Amino acid sequence: MLTAIIAVGAVALFFAITLGLAAKKFHVEVDPRELAISEVLPGANCGGCGLPGCSAFAKGCVEGTIEITGCPPGGAGLVEKIAGILGVTADASEAEVAVVICQGDNVKAKNKYKYLGIEDCNAAQQIAGGPKTCPGGCMGLGTCQRVCPFDAIEITEDGLAVIDREKCTGCQKCVPACPRKCIVMAPISATTHVMCNSNDKGPAVKKYCTVGCIGCTLCKKKGSEEGYVIENFLARVDYEKKAEDINAGIEVCPTKCIRDFATEGYPEGSKLVMPNSVDQAS
Amino acid sequence: MTELLLIFVSAVFVNNFVLARFLGICPFLGVSKKVETAVGMGMAVIFVSTVATVFTWLAQYYILEPFQIEYLQTLVFILVIASLVQLVEMVVQKTSPALYQALGIFLPLITTNCAVLGLCLLNIQKTYSFIESVVFSIGAGAGFTLAMVLFAGIRESLDRAPVPKPFRGVAIAMVAGGLLSMAFMGFGGMVKG
Repeated sequence: MLTAIIAVGAVALFFAITLGLAAKKFHVEVDPRELAISEVLPGANCGGCGLPGCSAFAKGCVEGTIEITGCPPGGAGLVEKIAGILGVTADASEAEVAVVICQGDNVKAKNKYKYLGIEDCNAAQQIAGGPKTCPGGCMGLGTCQRVCPFDAIEITEDGLAVIDREKCTGCQKCVPACPRKCIVMAPISATTHVMCNSNDKGPAVKKYCTVGCIGCTLCKKKGSEEGYVIENFLARVDYEKKAEDINAGIEVCPTKCIRDFATEGYPEGSKLVMPNSVDQAS
Repeated sequence: MTELLLIFVSAVFVNNFVLARFLGICPFLGVSKKVETAVGMGMAVIFVSTVATVFTWLAQYYILEPFQIEYLQTLVFILVIASLVQLVEMVVQKTSPALYQALGIFLPLITTNCAVLGLCLLNIQKTYSFIESVVFSIGAGAGFTLAMVLFAGIRESLDRAPVPKPFRGVAIAMVAGGLLSMAFMGFGGMVKG
């Protein structure tokens, strides 16, 4: 009994002293912000961020090599804490949410060909510029859905990405993920958007989509001069203008391309369905 | 020499630590999202398991047995491994930042990893000599790395596959891990031990 205590105690003491000395001799300065972030992280070392542990994530945050929203178990509360530590305060401007500026799903917009490749928008985009005839339209293969850390994007039955505005935290991860750049950020109070991302001229748009912006400028002429900007045959809402100016354009739009989420709710058919499942069944 | 080679092959394939003995499952599932990190983790395990084997072997035959306190084996081994990894981490961080970048960040994750402890205990159980122990530990680390890299490769491909929604993420990873383990059962019985 006594030998056991002494022997194990001696081993422990030896390591304690060695570690103590080593800690002094091999001391390395660490950014204090890194330590502070490590403390607020869940500390589960789950690897959900793709890095090998929470300390690596903290380091990435300080160095700016990883988005501070990259910690799935931390959620939105953690993002705020990290932002506080790093001093990148969620600036005074209004919070933004992502909007998919397209409503041309597989029913309303035409496809050039039937895509049966791997389920990824970037992969589809490589093949003759993607199946959707419209060069800016959502292909509904769910790349944005998979990068979203907050599960805020759904792909509708007819193959269109829809953002859940309540879940969206404005982390902007989906914006660069879309090869067609049809996800944009808009102020959370703005509920009216021009749901089109095609810069083609009116007749061309009409050929492939029933709900696209044809650049007719009626929203500006008959609605409100103030609320809209038209560039490259595509209208967009000037989010800094008053709501009544913007809403004046909704009624006059001939293709019903300007939509107000506040009065209409989400675009139709936002039932959770696997992308491509329609194709596979047929 | 043949004996050593057999020990090595057995540790890598036949009795693969992850896929046949089911040790070290946590990093196997946790750090296998990218091949790159899987390789880093694997290298760190090879390194730590070899160093840990050397020291626990010495602890067993020069401390535990002379004092007849073999029943404290697990405790002492954990103490030795944890302290050792801490020490190695500090030294590497100071002396070689490049190596620390590659390995160091994985070290805290494997301080008390079951694969490393299991390996040290197995060495004693099998009454391996010092050289045999070291070869066995390198083989075990290599087997771990092999499993990690194979699995990470599978998971990278899974990210691009049309996996049914209920199976996405960890669920399909578990299924893939199980299949990989079954594939390794094919090696069963080739080498005894």
